[in-house]
Amino acid sequence: MATKNAEAYEAANKSYEWGFHSDIEQDFAPKGLSEDTVRFISAKKGEPEWMLDWRLQAYRLWLTLDTPDWAKLQIDPIDYQDAYYYAEPKAKPKLGSLDEVDPEILRVYEKLGIPIEEQKMLAGVEELGADGQPKRRVAVDAVFDSVSVATTFRKELESAGVIFRSISEAIKEYPDLVRKWLGKVVPQHDNYFAALNCAVFSDGTFVYIPEGVRCPMELSTYFRINAENTGQFERTLIVADKGAYVSYLEGCTAPMRDENQLHAAVVELVALDDAEIKYSTVQNWYPGDENGKGGIYNFVTKRALCQGRNSKVSWTQVETGSAITWKYPSCVLNGENSVGEFYSVAVTNNRQQADTGTKMIHNGKGSRSTIVSKGISAGRSDNTYRGLVRVAPGAEGVRNFTQCDSLLLGDQCGAHTVPYIEVRNPSAQIEHEATTSKISDDQLFYAMQRGLDQEAAVALIVNGFAKEVLQQLPMEFAVEAQKLLGISLEGSVG
Amino acid sequence: MLVLAPHERAAAGLFLGFQYPVEIPGVSNVQFLREALNAQRKGRDEKPLSGAEFLKLARAQADALSMDQDMLKRPVNVGFSGGEKKRNEMVQMGIVDPKLAILDETDSGLDIDALRIVGEGINRIMRKPDKAVILITHYERLLSYVAPDFVHVLSAGRIIRSGGPELAAELEREGYAGVVA
Repeated sequence: MATKNAEAYEAANKSYEWGFHSDIEQDFAPKGLSEDTVRFISAKKGEPEWMLDWRLQAYRLWLTLDTPDWAKLQIDPIDYQDAYYYAEPKAKPKLGSLDEVDPEILRVYEKLGIPIEEQKMLAGVEELGADGQPKRRVAVDAVFDSVSVATTFRKELESAGVIFRSISEAIKEYPDLVRKWLGKVVPQHDNYFAALNCAVFSDGTFVYIPEGVRCPMELSTYFRINAENTGQFERTLIVADKGAYVSYLEGCTAPMRDENQLHAAVVELVALDDAEIKYSTVQNWYPGDENGKGGIYNFVTKRALCQGRNSKVSWTQVETGSAITWKYPSCVLNGENSVGEFYSVAVTNNRQQADTGTKMIHNGKGSRSTIVSKGISAGRSDNTYRGLVRVAPGAEGVRNFTQCDSLLLGDQCGAHTVPYIEVRNPSAQIEHEATTSKISDDQLFYAMQRGLDQEAAVALIVNGFAKEVLQQLPMEFAVEAQKLLGISLEGSVG
Repeated sequence: MLVLAPHERAAAGLFLGFQYPVEIPGVSNVQFLREALNAQRKGRDEKPLSGAEFLKLARAQADALSMDQDMLKRPVNVGFSGGEKKRNEMVQMGIVDPKLAILDETDSGLDIDALRIVGEGINRIMRKPDKAVILITHYERLLSYVAPDFVHVLSAGRIIRSGGPELAAELEREGYAGVVA
């Protein structure tokens, strides 16, 4: 097996396939974090005063908070004064069409492998499918570094009444709507990183689906971190009004870097009566080299408020990147018969660390939740599922089903499952299943004997393991995600 | 051949029928076999089969071995009975169409009807001038369907006797103890 291990080791340590650096001049905020930084950001974005006040309040709150230390993560101390908090592509006049977008930026998207279909859409080409109807479309609100560069399909969305904007624009154009919900799902004081985000968030996305509207296309935002030492603080707010439906896709990759890059996003979702939000993420940020040097710190707060009766929020995530992942997309199930779902695949390799899971807070009667978590660990990585299921005293007839499966590749990685269950109503039915398995030599040999090389065999077995989650993804993402799983684990078998 | 990796041996035309076929949860038989076959074809510089071409091939092989079509869609060997697993091995062999097959106790766990079907399958797929099968078995019963050209007795890692079909009959009559002694 020695040769096989050596091969496997080599393959597992292939350099980050999508690591590259494009050169676009940045307009930096001064280095470091202070009230002045917050004022700089707010001024740069031309924000109204209430927004600046809100940011400053968060900043002062942040100063009083401590970094959360309960996760199973080794995090080197972060010097928050040694980073830039704002960068935008070189100032340009407002763009009327994509032709005016910096070709360098478009090249970056191309390298990122944004699907051809979407590139055509970005270019304004509309193809017909076999049935003579336009193919299913994806609206892309592209976030390059910190500023939305281009928003497509705005008109069609507008005619449906859907608002799909960068959050900076929304703050100016729809201040009442933004003010009503911003910080209501994840309050400023929720945690250290959320407070930081509130103070310095650079840009992000705002979506509002009006009552009874089914969003005519899937909404998609590509995030890209592209400036050295620039922390990225995205802010997303999605509100689905009564009876509305929206599917939102978020995908990320990042260029190779030597220094750690902090990413502390906040995502807030609100679903009113009978509304449904499907939020899918494929995350592939630079995970650091084989020794854990470099790589993104991904400290994200994602939470959904299922406020209305029969409301439903479904989180699906495929996490393959980042040096450290601290992320718990959650659902607060206030509405009667509301539904929360969490489907997750988290892959860690080399020295990556992931502590991820969900919280399902059942306050509403008859609320239900499903959690399916698939952790895949390789190399010397650590992969933890941490999840909370809480049932409030007044919440009758709550149901939860949780399934946590861990797959180990090699004998130097770790998989951990930390479920917290707090039930204060005796009518609740809570189920928890957990398994841990290894890719066995027998499985590998079997697949290889049939003709697959080792990498293909591992990718096949891992994709089989993660299938329940992958099939929750919209088709465009499922294909990408399957490839990512293969790339993330190439040959990492011991 | 010994310097080749398992997938290279497979592409070169070697098939191993497993005594205990392995389960691969979440991966359908069709997906597994198509990827495997196309990987082999790639190794031989042949064009990959399309989904439709492959499905036609897989269905024909399943039919020939009286295997339910639904089993092609099920995850590889997961929840299959012992006999179904062995039959699935033969379907796989039919699909990859190897030059040399080593069948390790393919007859174990098969009932009488399945034994006949598997035996006929071996003949159909492998009984050709440019092909060979090494059939490893403890019993003579499969040999009544697959007539051997040569019989070797393996003991403690060495071939201790060789002969024609009559040797198998002798073994069945007198047991291994008589032959080894």
